Formats: sequence, C-alpha cells, structure tokens
Amino acid sequence: MFPKPIHTFPLKFQLMYKIVLPIVLIIWLLPLIAIFLTSVRSAADINTGNVFGWPSQFLLIENYSEVFRRSKAILYLKNSFLITIPTVILSVSLACLAGYALAIYRFRWALPLFFIFVAGNFIPFQILMIPVRDMSVSTGLYNTISGQVLFHAAFQTGFCTFFMRNFIKALPFELIESGRIEGVGEAKIFLFIVLPLVRPALAALAVLIFTFVWNDFFWATVLTQGESVKPITAGVRSLNGQYVNNWHLVSAASLCAAIPPVVMFFLMQKHFIAGLTLGSIKQ
Amino acid sequence: MEQTVRFNENKRNYSENKLAFAPLYFLLPAIIFFLIYVIFPIFQSVWISFYEWDGLGEAQWVGLANYVELFDDEYFYTSLKNNFIWLIMYLLAVPMGLFIALFLNQVVFGIRFYKSLFFFPFVISQVVVGLIFSWFYNPNFGLLASIFLSIGLEPIAILSDEDLVTYGIIFAGLWPQIAYCMILYLTGLSNVSKDLMEAARLDGAKGLKMLWHVVLPQLRPATFISVVVTVIGALRSFDMVAIMTEGGPYGSSNVLAYYMYETALSEYGFRLGYGSAIATVLFFIMLVYIGYFLWRLYKNEREV
Amino acid sequence: MYNKIKLTLVSLLSVILISSASFARDLVITFDDMNPGPKAAFENAIAKFQKENPDINVIANNGDREEHKAAIRNFLIADAPDVTSWYPGNRMRPFVKAGLFEDVSDVWDANNFHEDLAAIKPTMTIGGRQWGVPYSYYQWGVYYRKDIFDELGLFEPNTWVQFKYVCDKLKENGITPITIGTKYLWTAAGVFDYINLRTNGYKVHNDLTAGKIKYTDPRIKKTFEYWAELVNAGYFLENHSSMSWQDAVVPFANGEAAMYVMGNFSVDAYKNAGLSYDQIDFFPFPKITPGVPRAEEAPADAFFIPTNAKNKRDAKKWLAFVARPDVQTEWNKTIGQLPINSKAQVADDKFIKQGFETLNSAAGLAQFYDRDAVAEMAAAGMEGFQEFMMKPDRLDKILKRLDKIQAKVYK
Repeated sequence: MFPKPIHTFPLKFQLMYKIVLPIVLIIWLLPLIAIFLTSVRSAADINTGNVFGWPSQFLLIENYSEVFRRSKAILYLKNSFLITIPTVILSVSLACLAGYALAIYRFRWALPLFFIFVAGNFIPFQILMIPVRDMSVSTGLYNTISGQVLFHAAFQTGFCTFFMRNFIKALPFELIESGRIEGVGEAKIFLFIVLPLVRPALAALAVLIFTFVWNDFFWATVLTQGESVKPITAGVRSLNGQYVNNWHLVSAASLCAAIPPVVMFFLMQKHFIAGLTLGSIKQ
Repeated sequence: MEQTVRFNENKRNYSENKLAFAPLYFLLPAIIFFLIYVIFPIFQSVWISFYEWDGLGEAQWVGLANYVELFDDEYFYTSLKNNFIWLIMYLLAVPMGLFIALFLNQVVFGIRFYKSLFFFPFVISQVVVGLIFSWFYNPNFGLLASIFLSIGLEPIAILSDEDLVTYGIIFAGLWPQIAYCMILYLTGLSNVSKDLMEAARLDGAKGLKMLWHVVLPQLRPATFISVVVTVIGALRSFDMVAIMTEGGPYGSSNVLAYYMYETALSEYGFRLGYGSAIATVLFFIMLVYIGYFLWRLYKNEREV
Repeated sequence: MYNKIKLTLVSLLSVILISSASFARDLVITFDDMNPGPKAAFENAIAKFQKENPDINVIANNGDREEHKAAIRNFLIADAPDVTSWYPGNRMRPFVKAGLFEDVSDVWDANNFHEDLAAIKPTMTIGGRQWGVPYSYYQWGVYYRKDIFDELGLFEPNTWVQFKYVCDKLKENGITPITIGTKYLWTAAGVFDYINLRTNGYKVHNDLTAGKIKYTDPRIKKTFEYWAELVNAGYFLENHSSMSWQDAVVPFANGEAAMYVMGNFSVDAYKNAGLSYDQIDFFPFPKITPGVPRAEEAPADAFFIPTNAKNKRDAKKWLAFVARPDVQTEWNKTIGQLPINSKAQVADDKFIKQGFETLNSAAGLAQFYDRDAVAEMAAAGMEGFQEFMMKPDRLDKILKRLDKIQAKVYK
C-alpha cells in the first residue's frame, strides 16, 4: 500500500497524522462552515458588517423557517424533485436497453454508436442551447416540467449508456449463451438474466444522475421563465436578487439546495464512488 | 467475446434473423432521444451561425459574416485567452487530487468518514460554490479580506480586478474539481498491485522514487480520466462565471461559454446567429479533446 | 313529453347561465419588481382592480427584474401573459418592430390619455401609435447625507466647481464623496448621462444615443474629461465594480459615503437601511457648461399587452386602470415616484415634491442610457463606462471601441 502504512511509522508520526487530519479537513471545508455560520446569523449582524465572524446570536430555526415562509423555496425544491426523479428513471432505463445492445451484440455500428454516446456526453451545452430552446417553445414544452425532464434524460443518456455498456460487457457471456440455447427470447434474457445482475450499477448510476441533474443550473435558466417550474438551483440565484443584503437567508437557502444530493451521497457512498470510477476506468 | 450475428438469407430462420434485429429494438428509444436532443441541435446551431437572427423576427442569411466579425472581436479574444488560462490552471486539480488522495490513503479509525467529507464539495451545485466564494472574496466583509487585514495588508477586491478575477474564479472552481480527482485517485490507489509494491520495497525503493516509478504508472487510467474531465470542465465553465461576475468587470472574466450566452440570450443580447457562431467555435475546440479521448478509448477496445 | 322537453331546456339554460355567471375570465399580469415598496404597491393595485372587477380572475406574477429582462423574449412568443411590465423608448422598439406588442392607441383615445399623459406620450409612441401605458416615472439626481453636510458646514453645490469643492472637503474628512455600485452596469450610465447632459445639452445627448454623433467626438470627450476629474481624485467608492446598487447603499447609510447619484426609487432603500428623512436630502445634478438648458433623466415604467395575449379585452381594462388619477396617486405614493397623469396628486413627500418641480422645469426628459440607446450599443457603452471608471487612462481605446460598435449596430 502506498504511502507506507502509518502504523509502520513511530508512534510520534502516527499521533501527528491523527491530529493533522481533522485540521486539514476543517480548512478544506472552511467555506462550507462559513456559510453555515452565516445562515444562522441574525440580520443585525449582517447590517453591522459581521458576516463572517462569530455570530452574536444563533438563529438556526428562525432563519431557516423564514426562508421557507418568505420565499418560494418549497416550490423550487418540489420542482427539483419533480424534474430529477423522472429523469433518473427515464435515462437509466433507456441506457440499460442501449448499453445492453451495444455490449452484447456485435454489428458494424456498435462501436461508432458507442463513441457517439460518449462524445455526446462531453460536448459544450452552448451548442445545444438555441435549438433546444426553440424546439421547446415550438412544441409547447417551454417552461414545463416535462420539457426539462425530456431534455435532461436525453442528454444524460450519453453518459449512462457508456456506463451500462461497460458494466454489462464485464458480465460473463455464458449466461446469455445458455439463455439463448434454452430458447429464451431476447427480451426475456434482458429482463430476467441481465437486469438482476446489473443492480449495483443501476444504483450507482441513479445516484450520479440524480446529483448531476439536481445541480444543473444552465438548463434551468434557459428552459424556464417565472417561478412555477423553476428548480432550486436557478431559484437560489433569484433569491440572491431578492434578498440582496440578507446574506443569512440566502446562505440558508443555498444549504437547503445542497442537502438532497448530499443526503443521497452519504446514503449511497459506496455506490456513488463505484459509479464514478467504474464507468470510466476499465480494469 | 460476443456472438457474431449475420442476416442469413439462406436459412430464413426467423429466430436467427430475429437476433439480427434485436439490437435495433433495444437501441431505438435511446437513439431517438439522443438524435432529437443532442445530434440534430448541434447541426442546427451550426446552421443558425450562418444567419443574423434576433429570435423575434425573420432570420437573414449572412454566410460567414459572423465568423469574420468574430475574428475582429476583442471580447472574443479575451474569452479565448481566459479559456486558455482555465485550461492550464484547472489542471492543477489533478496533482492536488493525487496529493490529497495519498494523504488520505491510510487505514486509521474513521478514515472513511474523512474521505467522504473531503468529497463533499463535488456534491454541491456549482451555483452554491460560486455564491460561497463571491462572499469569500467580498472586499468589505469577506473572509479573505479579514485574513488580509489580520496580517496587516490592504484587502484586494479580487473579483473587481481585471487581472486577478479569472484566477479568483478558477480557484473557486478548483475546490470541487480537486475533490473529484481525489476520489478517482483513491480508487486507483486501492487497485495498485500489492505484489509489485512489495517487490519494489525489497529492492530498496521508497518515497518519491516509489511513487514515480511504481505507483504512478499503475495510476495511469485514473490520471487519464482526471485529465479528461478536468479539461472538459475547464472548457465548459459557465456556472461559476455566471454567478460570480457575469463575465465582468467589463468583460474581463468572460469565457466562450458565457460570451455565447451573453450575445444570444441576455438582456442586451439579441444576436442568436452570432452566439451560435461562438458556440460552434467552442464546439470545435472541444472536439479536439473529445477526439483524443475517443482515440484512446478505441485503442483500449482494440486491446480487449 | 312536452313537459319533459321544457324541463330539459330550462335546466340546460340554467346550467349555461350559472356557468357563465360563475365563469370568471382569467387575466394574467406579469410584473418584475420584488423590492419591498414596489411589490406592495403592485399587490395593492391588483387587489383594488380585482375588487372593481369581480368577473375577472386576476393572476399576478411577480419575478426578479434581471430574470424578467432575459425571459421576456421567450414568453412574448410562447406562453404570453395578458399584460407585462417593460420599458418604453428604445427598449420597446425591438418588440414593436417584431409585432410582439399590441397597439393600444385605442386605450389612449378612450381615456383622454393624449391630454393627461402628454409629457410622457413621446416615449410611448412609435410611428404615431402608442404601444403601452406608463404607470410611473421618477427623477434622478444627487441624494446626499444632509447631517454630514451640516456637520462639515457644506452646502448644496450648484456648479461644477462647487461640486468638486464639496467632494474635496468630504474626502479630507475621510468620507467617500460619491458611493456607487457598478456590478450591474446601469448605475455608471446614470453618471455618464448627467455629465453629458450638463456638458453638452439634451440635443447632443440624444444625437449620441441615436448614433448620429461618434463617441470620439470632441464634445463627448469633454464629458469624459470632466468625469475623469472625479475619478482621478478618488471621489468614487472603491471596489464599486463588485457591488450592486443596493450594496452601495450600506456605506451611504453608515456614514462612510455622503452622496449618491441615483433615482428616487432608492429612497425606499435608504429608509430600510435605517436612515431618517432628516438625514437625507436631494439636489439636481450641478451645472457644468454655463448656459446649457437643464435636462433631466426621468425613466418611465410601463405596462404592455403582448400580441399573443389571450385576454386582450380585460388587459386593456388594466391599462386604463393603472393610469387613472386615483390609482396613480396611491401607487406612486407607495413607491415614492411621480405619477404620469397630470390629474393625479403628488405625494406630500419632500423628495417627490422636489422631483416634481425639477422635472416640470426641465428643458427635456431623457429616458436613461440603456433605454435611449439601442440594446447592443447600450451593453457595450455601459461596459465602457465601468472600464473607464476603473482605468481612466484607457479612455481613447475605450472610445474607439465604442465607435466601432456604434458603426456596426446603427448601420
């Protein structure tokens, strides 16, 4: 293991390491800590300029409930859920199907198609911005939840397909073969043999896509107007305009916006990390 | 190994031919979605760049006029320069990610907890990160200003200084990016062959030499991916610039992704054709890197 | 059998009558000011309108101003409300040209607006037709901390020399003379407009924004030279480019700065920051070139009807409503601005009264740089102003660039 395992070092170094670790962590998370402190600050502190110092009062409940009372934060959060969850379901399903096809069948277009999906994941959003917006407007999907879901699902399909294809490829092919020999139809092979095996990958993918879509800001601003279907990322920005000098409320709202992906992350850590690395590194 | 599938006219065996069409059924939904929302729009954008259009009225064909104008546009060059700075500076995330991964690659009590917390910044939306850092940089009440004051220096307004602003934004962007690279390296490190390490230790290698000659080569896939996502992230940077400075002061922190948005869809921007031209240029720049990545991927596939 | 038919007919009729009686028509009104005062005024007006029109179901949307500016282009085409707030002058021109705003000259005819709204009519008119109805306008000028001035024995400056003297004295005493926040560029344009109006007069300023005079014209250069005197002496707030206008109120409120070149809507913010009326006062921007007739900035806010609106009939009712004298009086009292209807009452507020006098005696009313100049020129111009304020030695380069853009934009 590299670097040398700490317990082979003299006790002095072990102790130093154990002390330095939390210190480094605090420095690393300093911006986050500062925001949290600001979110529990009172308005008086802000107006006298004490924005980053130690708060004079701790108004945790008051500030957070005020955010929900005074602004549309609940609506934004609801929209974020309404957009993110269907997107995850849709893109993961599409990707399973496509990934399966690209992994199992060998035909001339398999590799090029695969590359197109991969490349599509990396292109700059801006090249899509105007046509997608116009298309949404002309099909009446502009400023709707479903418009955003459809777009995000389509865009994430690139990454998801790449991911599932690699994972399915690593499965033993004998399972498929034996299924075919027994005369099981292709659809049944997919549903009953392959799908159960890829469950861990599905979990990892779902968590990743949830994070990506929840945290998206660009498309939220391009595909929505007004408050009704705005998700929380774009909502935080308009809160900043509304409460220009109410840093404590904006901090609280920003942290609320960050909570669901964080919760997802902690609950599914193993899957999350497996997802990020498994999809990219071929062992 | 996969089964070779051919459309066999002689056999006319339905089940064998069914096998040939099966991939189509599986692929069709995904392909349709992808075509509509990703592939066609790319071509449409390039097409729009040959027009002058304000999004409200009629579009006028202007051929390459937008591109000609672009080459004479000083904001374009500023954006290009900034994208270049982003590219170079953002790559710092890779070695820093490695460094933190090495630091955390120990087995002590609670190390999993530490690893998760170090990864935190990546899970937060870039918008929130941008807001946090713009307050951090605020010359009146920001934390940075307090640090400066406490060591007796005048606080610098980083986001107001045309020379420092881009670096300030990149610094903010590095925070989540380092976390991302760190995780990639941590996973890579856990896959480093123990036997090779033992053998090298017996040979007397240690410290930096060990790192350079034994560990790093095994981390190549992790490095490859880290570099790719970092490069893509640097060229795509929009959220940070939009939240922290809107391209200011007076356009000095602009990047191509944001400049395009400014000309096409912002308050004073009504030029969708011109914006599309900028997007097309950005696209072709990124195509270079995407091409490189695909080529490496292809080589990988061939080896298998 | 005959009875049955009668019964059916009667029930059918009653169902129709009941449903049409309870069927309220929807009216969607989109507004864009979330600052506390304007928000309250809008909501009060909506409530009053709703009460007077029980058969209309008013759906009011209020959103962030910056977002509204970006979103309007989308929603005028798809999913248009029945009424939207927007700005007159050159800001409404692209939408009028594209046929996205409804011609409302009939509303003006029917409500005697040609007479009562005479002062503001030119701004709402393109091609001889009116395209919207304004609901408010306000003066710009210099707001200052009267208490600080009194303490230092300073007086309201009338001329440029006096103005510089006041700035100098303030600076000597450790106070920033002029606060400003240029993160959202239009505040710098306010300063430019005034210096230009005072240096060169209304006609030259209009010619510039209409693209008839270049930025490198010696007269415009003179404007910048005067401006440079203030910038180089360090009379403006430091680090203004990272502050919004609301951020810049903080030093004004806590006594670190003493003057603010602003519109009257800012008074609400001063009050919210804790200042009392005794502490603040107002004077019109000082004269620069002697003999130049005094023109003022008086931007107007208005309501428009998108051509894609569904309920234009009731939308026109709203337009007629907002310009009514009693509604005007109430609304403008709440937001501290001036009514556009000459029959309305001006609020009994010292700033409003002074504003009223200032504007009535003005030789011309400008609409503000980003409404007088074409959009793309405005964007580049304002960036140029911000850059000039931070790097005044780049003036020649900036002006040349503005000329280049002007040539492209106004061709």
